[in-house]
Amino acid sequence: MHNLDQIIQAATSAFAATDDHAALEQVKAAYLGKSGQITGLLKGLAQLPTDERKTAGAAINRAKEAVESALEERREAIRRKTLARKLAAEALDVTLPGRGQARGGLHPVTRTLERIEALFRSIGFEVADGPEIESDFQNFTALNTPEDHPARSMHDTFYLLDERGEVAPGVLLRTHTSPIQVRYMQAHVARHAGQARMPEIRVIAPGRVYRVDSDATHSPMFHQVEGLWIGENVSFADLKGVIADFLRRFFENDDLRVRFRPSFFPFTEPSAEIDVAFMSGPLEGRWLEIAGCGMVHPNVLRHVAIDPENYIGFAFGMGPDRLTMLRYGVNDLRLFYDGDLRFLRQFI
Amino acid sequence: MKFSQSWLRSFVDAKLEGDEFSHLLTMAGLEVESEEPVAPPFGGVVVGHVQAVDKHPDADRLRVCQVAVGAGEPLPIVCGAPNVAPGMKVPCALPGAELPGSLRIGVSRVRGVDSHGMLCSARELGISEDAAGLLALPADAPTGSDVRQLLDLDDHLLTLKLTPNRADCLSLEGIAREVAALTGQPLRLLEVAPVAASIASARQIVLEAPEACPLYCGRVIADVDATAPTPDWMRRRLERCGLRSISALVDITNYVMLELGQPLHAFDNARLCGAIRARMARPGEQLRLLNEQSITLHDDILLIADDRGPLAMAGIMGGEESGITHETRELFLEAAFFAPSAIAGRARRYAFGSDASHRFERGVDFGGTSRALERATRLILDICGGHAGPLSQATARLPERLPVRVRASRVARVLGASLGAERVGELLARLGFPLAREGESFVVVPPSYRFDLAIEEDLIEEIARLQGYEQIPAAAPRASLSMLPQSENTRSLPRLRQILADCGYQEVVNYAFVDERWEVDFAANAGAIRLANPIAAHLGVLRSSLIGGLVANVATNLRRKQSRIRLFESGRCFFRDDAGAPVHGFRQPWKLAALAYGSALPEQWACATRNVDFFDLKADLEFLLAPLVAEFAPCPHPALHPGRSARVTLAGQAIGFIGELHPEWQQKYELPSVPVVFEVDLDPLLTARLPQFGEVSRQPPVIRDLAIVVDQALEVRRLIEGMRLNGPPIVQEITLFDVYLGRGVEAGKKSLAFRIVMQDTEKTLLEAEVDAAVQQLVAYLQHAFAAQLRV
Repeated sequence: MHNLDQIIQAATSAFAATDDHAALEQVKAAYLGKSGQITGLLKGLAQLPTDERKTAGAAINRAKEAVESALEERREAIRRKTLARKLAAEALDVTLPGRGQARGGLHPVTRTLERIEALFRSIGFEVADGPEIESDFQNFTALNTPEDHPARSMHDTFYLLDERGEVAPGVLLRTHTSPIQVRYMQAHVARHAGQARMPEIRVIAPGRVYRVDSDATHSPMFHQVEGLWIGENVSFADLKGVIADFLRRFFENDDLRVRFRPSFFPFTEPSAEIDVAFMSGPLEGRWLEIAGCGMVHPNVLRHVAIDPENYIGFAFGMGPDRLTMLRYGVNDLRLFYDGDLRFLRQFI
Repeated sequence: MKFSQSWLRSFVDAKLEGDEFSHLLTMAGLEVESEEPVAPPFGGVVVGHVQAVDKHPDADRLRVCQVAVGAGEPLPIVCGAPNVAPGMKVPCALPGAELPGSLRIGVSRVRGVDSHGMLCSARELGISEDAAGLLALPADAPTGSDVRQLLDLDDHLLTLKLTPNRADCLSLEGIAREVAALTGQPLRLLEVAPVAASIASARQIVLEAPEACPLYCGRVIADVDATAPTPDWMRRRLERCGLRSISALVDITNYVMLELGQPLHAFDNARLCGAIRARMARPGEQLRLLNEQSITLHDDILLIADDRGPLAMAGIMGGEESGITHETRELFLEAAFFAPSAIAGRARRYAFGSDASHRFERGVDFGGTSRALERATRLILDICGGHAGPLSQATARLPERLPVRVRASRVARVLGASLGAERVGELLARLGFPLAREGESFVVVPPSYRFDLAIEEDLIEEIARLQGYEQIPAAAPRASLSMLPQSENTRSLPRLRQILADCGYQEVVNYAFVDERWEVDFAANAGAIRLANPIAAHLGVLRSSLIGGLVANVATNLRRKQSRIRLFESGRCFFRDDAGAPVHGFRQPWKLAALAYGSALPEQWACATRNVDFFDLKADLEFLLAPLVAEFAPCPHPALHPGRSARVTLAGQAIGFIGELHPEWQQKYELPSVPVVFEVDLDPLLTARLPQFGEVSRQPPVIRDLAIVVDQALEVRRLIEGMRLNGPPIVQEITLFDVYLGRGVEAGKKSLAFRIVMQDTEKTLLEAEVDAAVQQLVAYLQHAFAAQLRV
């Protein structure tokens, strides 16, 4: 049976010498084909005596199985190798950039407005909007600022011309978002007329406002967010709490210092200016004016038919442009209105 | 309001320095805008008396001076100043002195001569930029005395940013009153004794507009020396408060205004005729003002006039003709109360303002009018000499100061902190107003110098101020909460903005006022709403379209070497509309616009570069609108290429337009390639729809392609809509997947290929049903559009 072992060995090495399926099948024929060695041995069994035939047949079959198994092994190896070559050839440069569109982004002030809205919504404030061409009455008079009130000189107001080229009476570009609080209160009061208790008013009103002022720190158009909370017992202490909470959440900075100092707005009394100071960073320790606020003036409430003895509350107005500058370290207000993609893309 | 702290100290001895004092004022509502020392730190500088000046032996420009400095021998000091002269008193830095800039003075040898100190210019002491020569000190300055003390150089200057309600703090006395209330320190009011008349001259005063001018005091002062010099102390105080010294008479009126808050005016009595009348201007009257401006007066301007005509705009500015000069010998001095409503806004209307109008329009103490006149009279007599006539006064109905009731309970409710009646009373008492307690309430009578205290809340603010806003606790908000509506039928603007950003567009915010030609070019709007007072001519009208701004943004960014630009903006646009609301006469809809310029995709290795076109932007708009489906119909628009523009319609309502910018504007606005833009109304986009479940078919779809040739001008929309309407119900989807013009297709024709998806919800389709359906579509296309089947 030495011969059989030699055949197996020879077949195994012949298989190993092949490198692809075609060559392997050819070599296979030399052993297992019609005139292959193993096939020949099996054919030769017939010439053997019957008593030997059984043992020899078993030995040859074992050899055949061994050769077949070697063949299968080699086939698998070649398959793997071929696949590996194919995969290697298909390899990509994964460092090449992805295909497709670039992302745009929101304006930085929009980011700020959305954050402000989200923070105030989280404590139950609605968001309101109002006209930008506003009546003189809603912008000033309804806010306790009659004509020729010195506070009007705090706002350099844009007026419009009518079709004849004369100053259109009674209208202007709103100088603040406060008229929205008046409109909102009027609507709220009308909605709940006849009810024994008016539900609380909690609303913020973001928007663009206009003043005749243009330099490095003033833009003739800028943003404001007005806020209003009226209820049966909403106090100055609540105002302090809400604003301080907001500012710490907005800047994500629990160390932020917030101070309220007396100020003057015709539509609030008492009134306050709100300053913040950061405890670290480039503006460390400096008080920065950030908003105006106060308890809604009884005249403003009376004007919208709310009895100031029964309902009381606060209003505030802040500058999202300034908040944006502080939040992201922007050093020039004019960048917001310049449409420069190199600037705007930083906020994607 | 700028003031000198040392002047303030003459009224109240506030033992507060520097930052602490500024903080006190700021936290009381008198915001300190800036605080600066009069002079930088230095020491060892005394009054030197130059006794002799000799030439330096070795230097032409230098002198050797002998300078007496009080004790001891005169010091030899080398000096190069051109104005040094014997007898002069100058600042002398002694050896050991330290000057600003850490300059230490010692005994030095200057070209072989020992110099025992240094004579100083104002600049060397850091008190002004004047370096032309030595600072000449008054001849009576005591030799050897400290220069800092002599010139009051330890003084600090504070600038207050006062709110319009605090006109009472537009004077030193007013600020002092406030400081006294804040600190509890006693207030030392100036004692002003009436000046007895020594001559009889007087002028009659007639209040012809008693509401506008309810109080007028005046007096004649004769034989004044208008050329008398202003005393140094007065000049220094004026300059430190930011007023330039002009002449003694003007300086005195300014001084009293700063001191007591009462603006005064001095007329040249020789140029007046008859009675002094406070009256309203007659339309068309003219007046030439002290600032050399000639104005035509309106009938709501309060005048001071005499029997001949207008002399001054009352409380605003005097007239040139009746003003005082160096030749004036006889004055008529005015102190009056003009009602704020009679002054407010008037000066602004003529585009100027004055210290007087600033005060009168906010409110001047009508209880101190004659006192200020007496004070000024005294100073004039002391400084310019002369003889005073009797004080004439005319009075009508002055503003009322009604008692205000303050309830301790209301204080607690407004502030959210209970101070207790005791504390409320204590704080109110500090204000020094007449005060009476009635149980838990107080009745306060506001003083004549406060114009901002009329209701309970006004006094609650006073209480809170004195208590300190910082002492009021910050409370966490408490509310009865109910959930806010959250409609699924609407989309928000933030959501739309985010979609556009995700599509590659960068949000911009442009001014609402634009160049008028943008309105004409991009919106054919010749009647744009014009601003009465634009900040610049090219920002003169309100926009009715956002396109102009976006096109301008492209130009700006091209200059900054950006070549691929995608922008969007949302904002209100403005139209005249008689039916407009809520502000009558105007419609102010929100619009949303986007612009794409340059290559369709960012430059990249994997895609061929091509410019963005109509269909890129259309896809983005459709994406933005989804699930709403808009219709697009060709429609010319002034901003757009007439063959490449469409009206966008949503549920039958036109909501905007889309297209390529008109080549004419592309050229005019100097854009190398053409932008594609859309602009739509925001409101219709804010509707969404609640998803509605429909059965999903389990049957396999059958797909057939259909290629036809039709006239080139035929709109594909019509074909697809027609097939939808006229095909059998099993046709589920019709997609255009190829458009071909060129070889193999007759000129003037185009080849279109549609993919037809057919499906039945109930059963598997039979081959015959599919064939019949396709046949039905083909027959329709042939019949309706003369389409030829392409094989």
